[in-house]
Amino acid sequence: MQPESPRGGSPSLPSRLAGPAVSLALLAIILAIASFFAGDYLQRILIIIGINTILVVSLNLSNGFTGVFSLGHVGFMAIGAYTAAVLTLPVSLKVVNLPSLPPWLQQLALPFLPATLIAGLLAMLVAFLVGLSLMRLKGAYISVATLGFLVIVQVILVNWDQVTRGARTFAGVPPHSTLWNVWLWAVVAVYIVWRLGASAFGRDMRAARDNEVAALSLGISVLRSRLLAFCLSAFLTGVAGSLWAHFITSFSPKSFYFAQAFNIITMLVIGGLGSVSGSVIGVFFITVLSELLRNAERGFDLGVFRLPPIYGASQILMAVLFVLVIVFRPAGLLGGRELDVRSVLRRLGSPRRGKGAA
Amino acid sequence: MSALELLLQQLINAVSIGSLYALMAIGLAMVFGILRLINFAHGDLIMVGSYVALLLQVLGLPFPVAAVAGVAASTLAGLAMERVAYRPLRGAHEIAMLLTSFSVTIFLENLAIILFRPTSRPFPAPAVLRSVITMGQLRVAGLDLIAIAVTAVLLAALTLFVRRTNIGIAMRAASQDLLAARLMGINVNRVIATAFAIGSFLAGVVGLLWSARVGKVDPLMGFNPVLKAFVASVIGGLGSLPGAVLGAYVLGGLEILLQGLLPSALTPYRDALVFAILIALLLFRPNGILGSTEKEKI
Amino acid sequence: MLKLEAVDVAYGHIKALVGVSLEVREGELVALLGANGAGKSTALMTISGIVRPREGTVVYNGTDLAKASPFDIVGLGVIQCPEGRRIFGGLTVLENLRMGAVRRADSSGVRRDLDFVFSLFPVLGQRRHQTGATLSGGEQQMLAIARALMGAPSLLLLDEPSLGLAPIVVQAIFRVIRELHRRGVTILLVEQNVRQALAVADRGYVLAAGRVILAGSGGELRSAPELEQAYLSTAPEAGR
Repeated sequence: MQPESPRGGSPSLPSRLAGPAVSLALLAIILAIASFFAGDYLQRILIIIGINTILVVSLNLSNGFTGVFSLGHVGFMAIGAYTAAVLTLPVSLKVVNLPSLPPWLQQLALPFLPATLIAGLLAMLVAFLVGLSLMRLKGAYISVATLGFLVIVQVILVNWDQVTRGARTFAGVPPHSTLWNVWLWAVVAVYIVWRLGASAFGRDMRAARDNEVAALSLGISVLRSRLLAFCLSAFLTGVAGSLWAHFITSFSPKSFYFAQAFNIITMLVIGGLGSVSGSVIGVFFITVLSELLRNAERGFDLGVFRLPPIYGASQILMAVLFVLVIVFRPAGLLGGRELDVRSVLRRLGSPRRGKGAA
Repeated sequence: MSALELLLQQLINAVSIGSLYALMAIGLAMVFGILRLINFAHGDLIMVGSYVALLLQVLGLPFPVAAVAGVAASTLAGLAMERVAYRPLRGAHEIAMLLTSFSVTIFLENLAIILFRPTSRPFPAPAVLRSVITMGQLRVAGLDLIAIAVTAVLLAALTLFVRRTNIGIAMRAASQDLLAARLMGINVNRVIATAFAIGSFLAGVVGLLWSARVGKVDPLMGFNPVLKAFVASVIGGLGSLPGAVLGAYVLGGLEILLQGLLPSALTPYRDALVFAILIALLLFRPNGILGSTEKEKI
Repeated sequence: MLKLEAVDVAYGHIKALVGVSLEVREGELVALLGANGAGKSTALMTISGIVRPREGTVVYNGTDLAKASPFDIVGLGVIQCPEGRRIFGGLTVLENLRMGAVRRADSSGVRRDLDFVFSLFPVLGQRRHQTGATLSGGEQQMLAIARALMGAPSLLLLDEPSLGLAPIVVQAIFRVIRELHRRGVTILLVEQNVRQALAVADRGYVLAAGRVILAGSGGELRSAPELEQAYLSTAPEAGR
């Protein structure tokens, strides 16, 4: 991922492709090794990282690029998860678990890809309808309104028994998500958001984010850019929801509420708002860290003494970490800019003083 | 029950719940007005006070003592929150502060889960708070009347405070123009601490009344009230104290109204409808009912 | 009384003041002139402790202001009437004035000063229970100055009191400034209205792009040819 050269005249095509090509090749190698040699646990971690990547990168599209700080995006994930799950659930299970579904739905069992696409599109449609009213609001009001959206989705999920089984566990989702198709989607998502960010449209979005009035005077439709970003990010988040549903195979409305929202936002902020490569790095860092912490939570033997299980401790530590990052490095690990692979290699080659000021 | 009695009953319900929302919303509005901070952790102050009151009662202390201790605990927790989590972020971006308040919430809620287990515990309340007064066909909970009375007294005291005392006026000044307030030599640290103290005190009071109302406490009990308090604040216009109070009573009335009007199949969706109405309201009055309708001046 | 020496102030990479030295002696009215963006307001904000200098010293009667908080600085008697008035729109005139005196402990002195400002600005007395937002621009400026006076300043910092006001109102404001000067209040006056400022000032400094390019008595500055240049020139700006 390379930024546009500020001195005008972008680098030649081969060197521009170098970064992404290397990353993709590296990714393919890692995935191949993992799928053949890694145990179940490690494969699951990699899948989680892949799904989180989609979630964070698409949230960045809305929160980072347009400044619409949505706190309720997990609602779209829920819509995607439940929609896809209902569509792919085998008919036999549907009859048992969801007896009151309308007949046309009950007899339907779609394959993974169409179900996922429909899930994404439905999330996008909802985002469009909700976004029409939300996009005019400012700052704090948008965030509170999106939180209201999250609550609305939660209430509907918990009460619409016929389709969602209410607060009960929705189980039996066929495990379609694999290392490869999750990461394929992840690559697609990263590519879309990255290209969008680097395009003229991305420039318009950032202009609208930084100074609404100035952007308006330049003829940039703030509403349109915000709404488009919101809808697109909802689509990707809905897809991620479907992938997650088919990975975890059973879930309930609680999985798509406040705690999950905070997780995703933590990864986003630590990686840096507005930076696609930052998001990816943030995901890796936080997912690995929270897995380690979660294992530690179960208590472990340090030889000399035994640490008892303290469930909830990992959340606390994450919260503390989060606050520390906000206080000391508010722009995130990469300071809101993209990772410049070439300059990193150059710096590794000849040690110099640290990164440019955040 | 005659129509009048029904109306009266529902009115008392609405004013009672509106009063609780009002006390919460004021605390939020005070802090937002000065710092532009949306303090999600405000809800957890309810939880802190309630658990302290619960613990002391379990230890055998009488309710009045436990209640005072609970309110004191909330107030101290709020002040600690300000000093530790928010003061270092003075002047930071709105979103950064919002996210920090998220973190504080997660921190407090998980701490409570670790200390008290995630299940709810019954909250012992004295007889007066569980009493029911019957007047003809009307059945009014003693708790409702007490909540309304307590709120009325507190609101009156607060109004006097922000109108007559120097620090109260300074709070209003700081929420209008923080820089000018500093230039006048207003001790901004003290003003902010006072805002937190008052808001947290009110949250403590709400905690007692709320726990008595629902009969139990649990670590996540603060989430819903703080969300409602936000809705109330936003309805009335974020940052405005009269707006917070107005929004709270509008919200209380709306909830009771929907409860009564909705067909029984839809009553579980009441909260969703309330939020949907809020979002719709923001479409027409982006700054709330009492907020300015002025377009941004360039 | 007030002495700035080689003060450097920067906002991130943007240098606002470069090596600024100036002095205000007791009882003087010193003008700080310069075009928009020359750094005049930054100078006042630095004195008031809102902004910290990177280099140099700001000393007031022996106290280092660069280390003091705005709260303490007001306590020393250095009070600013900021640019754009910045009165508390939701508070009444009386409440605004009360806030100006919030650091004072002598209630009888406060009452005396209240009478004083009402004699300087009778219209404020008439509107004492109206909220600040309902006042006209000129009345708001009067309120801002009155509010600053309520703090019993030993050094009054005025930032562009004539900004955006009709000429007749500007005259009234400057009459008050002259009266204050006559009563011995030490004043540092930042102004874009050169004519009015030099008409009342004992001495003055001219800032351009963060540097002091001219200093002298009111008379010297009035006839200096560089003065016009400072306002109209496109001289290279320091570090922007």
